[in-house]
Amino acid sequence: MNDMSSKKPHDAPSPAMKVDVSAVLGDKTKSGGETLSSCIDIENLNLFYSKDKQALIDINLTIPKQRVTAFIGPSGCGKSSLLRCFNRMNDLVDDCVIEGLVSLDGNDIYQKFVDVADLRRRVGMVFQKPNPFPKSIYENVAYGLRIQGINSKRVLDEAVEKSLKAAALWDEVKDRLNDSALGISGGQQQRLVIARTIAVEPEVLLLDEPASALDPISTLKIEELINELKTDYTIVIVTHNMQQAARVSDFTAFMYMGNMVEFDSTNSIFTNPRQKKTEDYITGRYG
Amino acid sequence: MRRGTPWVWLNAGAVAICIVMVIGLLILLTVRGMSHFWPRDVLQANYAPPTFTGELLTTEVIGEFVESEMVVAAQIASSGIPVDEAQDFYERQLLKLGNRDLTGADFTWALSDFVTDVAYPAEVVAMERREWGNFYGFLREIRQEGEPIAYSGDAADMEANRWFEFNERLQRALGIRDDIYVIENQEIGLINYAMERLRLRERRLELDGEESAEASAEIAALRRELDAEYAILQTELVALYETVNRDSAIFLAANEQEIEIVFADIVRAYKPNQMGSFSKLLTYFSKLGEFMTAEPREANTEGGIFPAIFGTVMMVMLMSVFVTPFGVVAAVYLREYARQGFVTRAIRIAVNNLAGVPSIVYGVFGLGFFIYIIGAEIDQMFYPEALPAPTFGTPGLLWASLTLALLTVPVVIVATEEGLARIPRSVREGSLALGATKFETLWRVVLPMASPAMMTGLILAVARAAGEVAPLMLVGVVKLAPSLPLDGNYPYLHLEQKFMHLGFHIYDVGFQSPNIEAARPLVFATALLLVIVIAGLNLTAVALRNHLREKYKALDV
Repeated sequence: MNDMSSKKPHDAPSPAMKVDVSAVLGDKTKSGGETLSSCIDIENLNLFYSKDKQALIDINLTIPKQRVTAFIGPSGCGKSSLLRCFNRMNDLVDDCVIEGLVSLDGNDIYQKFVDVADLRRRVGMVFQKPNPFPKSIYENVAYGLRIQGINSKRVLDEAVEKSLKAAALWDEVKDRLNDSALGISGGQQQRLVIARTIAVEPEVLLLDEPASALDPISTLKIEELINELKTDYTIVIVTHNMQQAARVSDFTAFMYMGNMVEFDSTNSIFTNPRQKKTEDYITGRYG
Repeated sequence: MRRGTPWVWLNAGAVAICIVMVIGLLILLTVRGMSHFWPRDVLQANYAPPTFTGELLTTEVIGEFVESEMVVAAQIASSGIPVDEAQDFYERQLLKLGNRDLTGADFTWALSDFVTDVAYPAEVVAMERREWGNFYGFLREIRQEGEPIAYSGDAADMEANRWFEFNERLQRALGIRDDIYVIENQEIGLINYAMERLRLRERRLELDGEESAEASAEIAALRRELDAEYAILQTELVALYETVNRDSAIFLAANEQEIEIVFADIVRAYKPNQMGSFSKLLTYFSKLGEFMTAEPREANTEGGIFPAIFGTVMMVMLMSVFVTPFGVVAAVYLREYARQGFVTRAIRIAVNNLAGVPSIVYGVFGLGFFIYIIGAEIDQMFYPEALPAPTFGTPGLLWASLTLALLTVPVVIVATEEGLARIPRSVREGSLALGATKFETLWRVVLPMASPAMMTGLILAVARAAGEVAPLMLVGVVKLAPSLPLDGNYPYLHLEQKFMHLGFHIYDVGFQSPNIEAARPLVFATALLLVIVIAGLNLTAVALRNHLREKYKALDV
């Protein structure tokens, strides 16, 4: 796989800045007094939607385990594209070419023999707009398990309850599990989608602007939920909202025009950015 | 003008015209078709049209008034009746005189000016018969085994007593008729069917070279059994025919003609001029009921059209069974799996153009490919014992359904593709992100959500197929089918049988009928029924679709 990363396209612009990931993580390890292991490692990642449209340029990044990592940056900077590399959602896009290495727990996920369905079970994803299936609330949560062939009612009941509780939705819907999932509010739907995702017990949760379509109260609930979930899951969140990134994340990556500009602990990024671009963005000068 | 008022009016006008046309069509069909079953009063009159010699040739007419129209005098004169051409128009009326066995024709045009002494005698009887069409006349005498019988009851009320006796005996005859029908069409039909299967079994053994003494003995025994059963039924039948032919009645028709009619030939008899509105209504519904539930009689001009209704519905349902999976699978492949490029685009264009091929071409294809090639092959492989008589190598229900399925598959493909294209990407991604494969996503999420669109395709397909006649004439529809394609004989559903169809029935009754005046109202009634059947099939599908839509309504969050 390494031969692939060495094949850099000729017309690729040189990265604006190389982020020294290990330095950041190492730093954190020392200060936090606990060991941070890496969950997803990205090396020299390039992504092309077509020959002359490069969306990600030489990304190098390490996502730490059981922490919340936020991607911020202006629209079209490649945050979502990068996020969708982690569970190979970009495979669905025709003519999308990915070069470089993405490994989950040390295993390259772009190897031929990788079972994409299994990978996506391990790396769950929540999208910008709530996308419940037109089924009952119960069936929505049970969907992923049924896909795995689990049909025992007892197991499903248990998993549904556990997931809905974990997503802080149980109390609101426990009396109408058999109602259509389309009948609950947008915020509830988004939490339902999160419940559905954690029902299959993934290792990583990818959240693609999970609160952008929601009202402030629902947003608050989602943020609280993220805080609770991070003890069990590695969470990567893409957000437009810098306050949100500051509130929920431990690490923040700032991206600009397909480049990884800066990656550091959230605290450092927001208080003491090393890059001028980061500072400009955070202080609201553009983006 | 800036608000587009004229355009709004134009659109509203166009919609109004469409509605008026549809309603007008339905009203026309209803009025002309449904009025046929109303028991109309029977008039008795003298008709003396002018002749060249000047002498009066008065004939008596008894019958129903059907319609009247104004005709130019010159036209009448040229047809051989010397009317006064100074008078521009003459009114002429169409009278249904029935009595085809006596007069040769059951309708006549009479010039109103020369119809005199019109009366509506209370005692006149209108009858529907199994042969020779309607009869109008007066009941004179009832005979049992050729001997006149005496009537019970008050001697002063002779006419009423006779009518009462007549109806009693008619009921008896109808009852026996029902028994005969059961024996002839069901019990003997069953035996014939069993006999034929025995013959085929024997032939099969012969062909396979597996004849043995035991087998032929067994078959012979079974055959003897059936023969014995048949003989019993046959004697029963003879006896029934004897009893049913016991009674007859003497009628006096127009122009003092006497005629003897056996009770067994009478389907229905009533005295319309005596009937009140309520009993007329009862007769009306009884006739309407017969029309919808009975088999046709007399070259389809009398009786009912039930086999045609049944055949139409059956064929459409079979077609739906064939077309839906086929169209859906094709659409799923085209939309979800095939690489979008020149080839898929070409295929899509070809599919769309298939919908524009004239239906008779499909008929020819069905005949040439399904029947002559596939059907013949099936016969060779599975039904060699029946050859040279074809089983599937001849037009039949299966081939008609398949041909129509082929005709309508583009509609289903296009509608399903549209439906698949409308499923939000986010829902598919949601499923894939949970670890579902593409197939699981399709099967569990996408296809259920696209099911209303599939139903839309099916609705369009049904609408087109149910009204189609031309290809059916080549691949399975007949003027008169001896039995329904679904019956009590194993294997119950007879896909190889020919069947009747409402659309073809309209054509046959309207244009191939020997008795066009009698058949014309039936054309309207059948057309109305065809519209109702198609609307019914469509409404069922629409209801199903709305249910699915409610269940899988699109996500507009």
